[in-house]
Amino acid sequence: MYSYTEFDNNFNQNRVDQFRSQVTRRIDGSLTEDEFKPLRLMNGLYLQLHAYMLRVAIPYGTLNSQKMYQLAIIADKYDRGYGHFTTRQNIQYNWPKLKDVPDILQDLANVEMHAVQTSGNCIRNVTADHFAGASTDEIEDPRPTAELIRQWSTDHPEFSFLGRKFKIAITGSPNDRAVTKAHDIGLRMVRNNKNEPGYEVIIGGGLGRTPMIGKVLRSFLPRKDILPYLESVMQIYNMLGRRDNKYKARIKITVHEHGINKICDLVEERFIIQRSSFGGFDQKLLIKLEKAFAAPIYINEPIDSYNKSYQSDPLFRSFVDTNLSEHKNLNYSIVSISLKKHGQTPGDATSQQMRMMANLAKKYGHDELRISHEQNVILPHVHKSNLYKVFNELKSVELATANIGLISDIIACPGMDYCALATARSIPIAQQIAMRFNQLKLENDIGEIKIKISGCINACGHHHIGHIGILGLDRAGVENYQITLGGNSTQNTVIGKSLGPGFSYTEIIPAIEKIIYTYLDIRSSNDETFLETFNRVGLTPFKKIVYTPSEIINKSTATFANNNNESFASQEIK
Amino acid sequence: MARKFTNKVLTANRLIEGDVVYLGINGDWVLDHDRAQILKEEEFAIKQLALANKDSGFLVSPYLANAEIRDGVPTPIHFRDSFRANGPTNYNHGKKENHNV
Repeated sequence: MYSYTEFDNNFNQNRVDQFRSQVTRRIDGSLTEDEFKPLRLMNGLYLQLHAYMLRVAIPYGTLNSQKMYQLAIIADKYDRGYGHFTTRQNIQYNWPKLKDVPDILQDLANVEMHAVQTSGNCIRNVTADHFAGASTDEIEDPRPTAELIRQWSTDHPEFSFLGRKFKIAITGSPNDRAVTKAHDIGLRMVRNNKNEPGYEVIIGGGLGRTPMIGKVLRSFLPRKDILPYLESVMQIYNMLGRRDNKYKARIKITVHEHGINKICDLVEERFIIQRSSFGGFDQKLLIKLEKAFAAPIYINEPIDSYNKSYQSDPLFRSFVDTNLSEHKNLNYSIVSISLKKHGQTPGDATSQQMRMMANLAKKYGHDELRISHEQNVILPHVHKSNLYKVFNELKSVELATANIGLISDIIACPGMDYCALATARSIPIAQQIAMRFNQLKLENDIGEIKIKISGCINACGHHHIGHIGILGLDRAGVENYQITLGGNSTQNTVIGKSLGPGFSYTEIIPAIEKIIYTYLDIRSSNDETFLETFNRVGLTPFKKIVYTPSEIINKSTATFANNNNESFASQEIK
Repeated sequence: MARKFTNKVLTANRLIEGDVVYLGINGDWVLDHDRAQILKEEEFAIKQLALANKDSGFLVSPYLANAEIRDGVPTPIHFRDSFRANGPTNYNHGKKENHNV
């Protein structure tokens, strides 16, 4: 992976020193809170409900064991022994004290990390496919381009004070695991008719209060043109983007108001000028970066022991079947470590767990880890001969839950348990759903499903694109939860449809249970996923059951079961 | 029509620690909502808020939150203020662990 140059280190150190001075001046009263707030936000420091929160960038979700160890040390030294991995591949510390933050930033800088541009109206941490460089379906590893974008966008003077925050996501695979269509700019690697790799450029996607699916601005952009083209897009956005209303300042609104064709014409016009101004330095840098992200030197060992363990240990078999993905090297696997043990806070890892994941990456994973936008941790390169050891060590720290892609693998934002912007809690809803379906022992029967929960309209929990989306709101001083169904976060991005009136905190879990039972009842076969069933039948059968009082359903179910051996739900949709 | 003033507590976050505090009965700042001063007069409440806003060397983001006396104890009315007073509900930490300034 990429290692900082002297320039990077100097820049980072200067920012730490600068912020240390700013904190000193805030504490001694030289700076007021109004003066200090924009400075702390530029360094990822928020004031939340109960305490400060420091958001640390993990560029394109990639880190090594040294960085993960340091995140564990910071959790113990300055926080409460844990950290929270987010949907933007960052980590958040929920309890730092202001006076300690410069020391935390110093500890981060010592391992080439920072919290720069994790807040504010600038280009934020670039996110990427968490299987980059390992998956079978990839055209090319997108991380060299992601690092190029990180370097270009860091402290870019022209784009440090945009109308609003700006998020870029990148994937090298046709199967989109980076949610590129819900970002301000999404980059999807594609091939042209000469089989050359380049990028499809998508703009104007985003969730939040006005969810929109990104539109294709360029169907094929040669890789060499990525920076001048991005710079052209940013300049047009900076010129046309609204600054009169923060809710209309994102590029999705700019695209919506001006139309993709006009934006496209302006960008292409600008691009001619920008391309000539780049002079090839970016291309030389990209070549260097490609070397930095070269594939690891794979080991060649027999995998008999793996096969034996798979046959003999049912827990391992379940872990393999659920948490492993195919690697481009047949003797390797991609291991997804679930941070969603039933009843735990989604995305939280203790310092002990972080140390274990770092150890495993170092011993068995070519020293690489990834953070997924689904709030899990990935070991992208594990030889199959080491999988059983990895599984057993994960088990020892409660990290071997076999639930990736299942109903308890829920995305949940911090919600009102931490976040000052939240209008309701998210985490306890996720905890209760996971516990309930674990108790019912239905998880594997339900199969692939994505539940995503946000505690406010800003949609950090991606609720619009969950198969089941849950949005927590404050309705007249009471927590209220709205459900959407049928959202999709893949390359076929879909915004979910609203089910109807919301539910109270105590009603939401029974409502989700009814939705799931309806699905189990009406699916055409055990292989039809929740999303496939929804796409076939639409909202109606779910709506009918969810808004029918439970006592009527129970009575009807009993009657139907007695008469026809058919359930209420299957009667309803005929 | 102007909304009728209802009982309030004055709350803020401490500058260095970032944790939640309340204006106490003796004019000091306390961690427990139970020990917060109930502000019954609008004029007095606004004056205290203005003073807190000036005290930027100790406090951040002061505001007046609705509260009432229940069973003889100042109690938040809105659930957001309850979470602020008690800490997150997913772990037993935050205010549940600390009880004295």
